[in-house]
Amino acid sequence: MKPQAILTSGLASQILIPVQLLGLCSALAASASLQNGAVMGAAVTGVLVLSNLLTSLLGNLVDGRIRLAAYTVVIIGIVSAAGLIIRAYLPALADSPGFFVPLVAVGCLVFFQADALSLKIAPLPSVLDGLATGLAFTLVLCVLSAVREILGTGALWNLPLFGESFQPALLMVTPAGGLLTLGFLIAAIQHIGRRKEP
Amino acid sequence: MNFAELIGLAAGTILLENFIFAKHPSGAFFLKTNENMKTAAGVGLAVTLVMGLSSVISFPAAVFFLTPLHLEYLEPAVSVLAIAALVYPTETLLRKAIPALYTSLGITLPHIAVNCAVLGAAALVCRNGYGFMASAVTSVGAGLGYTLALVLLTGIRGRLAFSDYPKAFEGAPIFLVTAGVLALCFMGVSGLRFW
Repeated sequence: MKPQAILTSGLASQILIPVQLLGLCSALAASASLQNGAVMGAAVTGVLVLSNLLTSLLGNLVDGRIRLAAYTVVIIGIVSAAGLIIRAYLPALADSPGFFVPLVAVGCLVFFQADALSLKIAPLPSVLDGLATGLAFTLVLCVLSAVREILGTGALWNLPLFGESFQPALLMVTPAGGLLTLGFLIAAIQHIGRRKEP
Repeated sequence: MNFAELIGLAAGTILLENFIFAKHPSGAFFLKTNENMKTAAGVGLAVTLVMGLSSVISFPAAVFFLTPLHLEYLEPAVSVLAIAALVYPTETLLRKAIPALYTSLGITLPHIAVNCAVLGAAALVCRNGYGFMASAVTSVGAGLGYTLALVLLTGIRGRLAFSDYPKAFEGAPIFLVTAGVLALCFMGVSGLRFW
């Protein structure tokens, strides 16, 4: 496949088919506001690209029996680095509990991808696939967190949208609200997908 | 921390601050591969075992090795590595010791590893500053809370097979909405204190 084809097919399939549920669920904790969601998306994209590259390069060097362990070390290293970078530049965000957890979970998602993909595919397509997955993830995460922030706090990117009289639905910023929003979001995507089919 | 406080902490981690519903819905995804409640309980208990063992290993590693060297930021990495290293022997142990249970439960290695990695990292955030016993109890409590969530959701999924919901909600959405409503229920007891 050509690079562009991998990128576009990756984007299309990742958005429409909710196989991304793993990553999305893992990031629910970080999607209570658009700012968190965007940073999380960017971090995940970076982690995906780097780990796909490294695991793809390692695929030929490492023996099959210890591949799992080798990949685990690689991915934990990258996730730790991402956590430290976020801590350095956005300390308020990094201190919010559980910000590291989604990153670890995404690392696991990466791990399954690495196992499925990078053994067969050369570094460049692997990186592009990681990029496509990361961008799709970021897009969905931004929509999710924007909905939650608008309904839950009446603001978007920390800017108040409504007047003083707005009563925020606190439910939306709790994990329960995150699960419900994600459920309805995927239902909407599936509904649109079904209507397009003849 | 005395014994009663530890019991309170355990009850709190299992029910009030259930890691799936109250803290980190991260784990919710991993619940969906189970077919029946027996499997759910088996996976949950395997996860609990690995969680407990890994906290026993990673706590001394943090206190005697990472803290003196000012490498605290590596703690999550060490915790996840301890879990990854422990999943192999646990799986082997289960397979050798109780083969019938093992095959009937259908426990898979990556499944447990991923669950434990996520839960372990979640527990780590919460047990900062705790002593050895308290952090072990938090980890085991996280595992048991996970088991509870897993069994509840698997049971509800079984009932959902006979119910009539909109077609657009088939698959993941209905599962997520279910988990969301359950999370709401768990929020209902969040004001309780056991000690």
